[in-house]
Amino acid sequence: MNIEVRGVTKAFGGFVALRDLSLTVPSGELVALLGPSGSGKTTLLRVIAGLAAPDAGQVLFDGRDTTARSARDRRIGFVFQHYALFKHMSVFENVAFGLRVRPRDRRLPEAAIREKVTALLRLVQVDWLADRRPSELSGGQRQRVALARALAVEPSVLLLDEPFGSLDAKVRLELRRWLRRLHDEMHITSAFVTHDQDEALEVADRVVVLNEGRVEQTGTPEEVYDHPATPFVYQFLGSVNLFRGRIEAGRTLIGDGAVALPGPAPAAAGSAAVYVRPHLLEIHRHPEGESHFKAVVGRLVPSGAVVRVELTTEWGESVQVEASRERARSLELRTGEEVFLVPHDVKVFHHPGR
Amino acid sequence: MSRHRLVRVALTAAALAFLGLFLALPLAAVFAKALERGAGAYADALRDPDARAAVRLTLATAAVAVPLNTLFGLCAAWAAAKFEFRGKRLLMTCMDLPFSVSPVVSGLLFVLLFGARGLFGPYLAAHGVKVLYAFPAIVLATLFVTVPFVARELIPLMEAQGTEEEEAAVTLGASGWQTLWRVTLPNVKWGLLYGVILCNARAMGEFGAVSVVSGHIRGQTTTLPLHVEILYNEYQPVAAFAAASLLALLALVTLALKALVEWKSGETARATRRPA
Repeated sequence: MNIEVRGVTKAFGGFVALRDLSLTVPSGELVALLGPSGSGKTTLLRVIAGLAAPDAGQVLFDGRDTTARSARDRRIGFVFQHYALFKHMSVFENVAFGLRVRPRDRRLPEAAIREKVTALLRLVQVDWLADRRPSELSGGQRQRVALARALAVEPSVLLLDEPFGSLDAKVRLELRRWLRRLHDEMHITSAFVTHDQDEALEVADRVVVLNEGRVEQTGTPEEVYDHPATPFVYQFLGSVNLFRGRIEAGRTLIGDGAVALPGPAPAAAGSAAVYVRPHLLEIHRHPEGESHFKAVVGRLVPSGAVVRVELTTEWGESVQVEASRERARSLELRTGEEVFLVPHDVKVFHHPGR
Repeated sequence: MSRHRLVRVALTAAALAFLGLFLALPLAAVFAKALERGAGAYADALRDPDARAAVRLTLATAAVAVPLNTLFGLCAAWAAAKFEFRGKRLLMTCMDLPFSVSPVVSGLLFVLLFGARGLFGPYLAAHGVKVLYAFPAIVLATLFVTVPFVARELIPLMEAQGTEEEEAAVTLGASGWQTLWRVTLPNVKWGLLYGVILCNARAMGEFGAVSVVSGHIRGQTTTLPLHVEILYNEYQPVAAFAAASLLALLALVTLALKALVEWKSGETARATRRPA
């Protein structure tokens, strides 16, 4: 099922959550709705589900307008952020719920319901918990039950709100890989909301970056990470250094015009915001290449496989560099030392005439 | 014995003495007085036709008022907890009105509405409908006085539970009724029961408001509390206390049920609040 959102606007009192937003979730894909809190991503998911009515705009499933249809009739599976399992029912009855509330003429016989629920519990690997209450489960187990419950009604669309948000780091990693594998087996059109860029980039076929109720960029994880369309996307996807610069005579200059960056620059002069990711800056003891600048080493923070080095450029901007442990060790960096930084890949956002 | 302990013992003793003096002793006195002339006289007092009529009227009143207020309480709590709308605060305040108004005033309110010179009085009289000094007025007054019990119990509970489970039920294809019966009600059942028990105790025990609208027609419009008053004023202490002992028993049963429900709902709350 292909989902299309056309020009949707939704406000809560004075707060505008979605502003004339349009997007498409192609059939069979797993799409991440990525954005900071307040970007409207959960509201968008709820509008697609039919749990919230848009003030303007349309939601189309396979080209048919479903805006006026209730959530009950949309054939969606919705997994809530806090799972929303039915507290007073066993795990088994939670999963069976969607099958039991069907109108009598479409309801499966009891034996078929039992068989189907058991199969689903086995699929999400919690069949041994069938008789437990939700309160007796861990967060990861609850998430699996919530997913099984949503899948029981054979939805044509699966919507997940911050599916891994309230899990601890290790379970989160394990569960998102498992969700990806599950999607590869079932190919059900899915959208999930997240504020975690790693999660979006790792799990999704396509990432929709949202900010202040608008779509900033849509693309594959590689596209949005390697070719961010806006400064917001660049900043939101991973840590980043920002240099204020100028474009003059076809060159991009930073550090009060002292350093020219390599590569072509737009012809029109103007101000520029220059972004460099911390792992794309290299520290050297001596000047290297055509584009380099001096900086003074501040703090050194070991973090897992890398060392984060905080430095101050010769013109006074602070900058962060990520170096591998080996590289940091061989450089023998000490606080207060002067080194040379070489940018390997920069992204320039250009404001002509300013 | 340390000073600290001394203080604790003294305070506990004071509290127990107070409870004994003002609760246990009067309760015991009610039963003592009722059984003063033996079990035979006690049974006779309860077998009296007027007493039996009073019991029947009290039960009938509760049988109408409690279900109606349960229904209203559910509707009000549902509206207050699951929806945002204009005038919500006003509705909540109005619901507490019966708590803050003297029951006598509540009763007078119905006299003003349905009395001979009241708002609807002439119309009702012209159509031969008797409200005041009859069963309908007693039920109305009881309804008014017991409005807040169920709703007040349910609103905080339903607000705390939010709407996610209901939304989940809807996305799974449940209708409004199915959601109510299978999700909402099971989640609030202990709170609901607690509210119903309190509502029932008040409905059966109400004196002031009912006294104003009943007209005190013996054997017809006297509820159990009114019956007790009449007997007492007629210097029939044994019969009065025998009837009063029924109300005291009701109170004890209510307390026991209340304790049971609190214990049960506490158990469910503990089970659901276990960390994720």
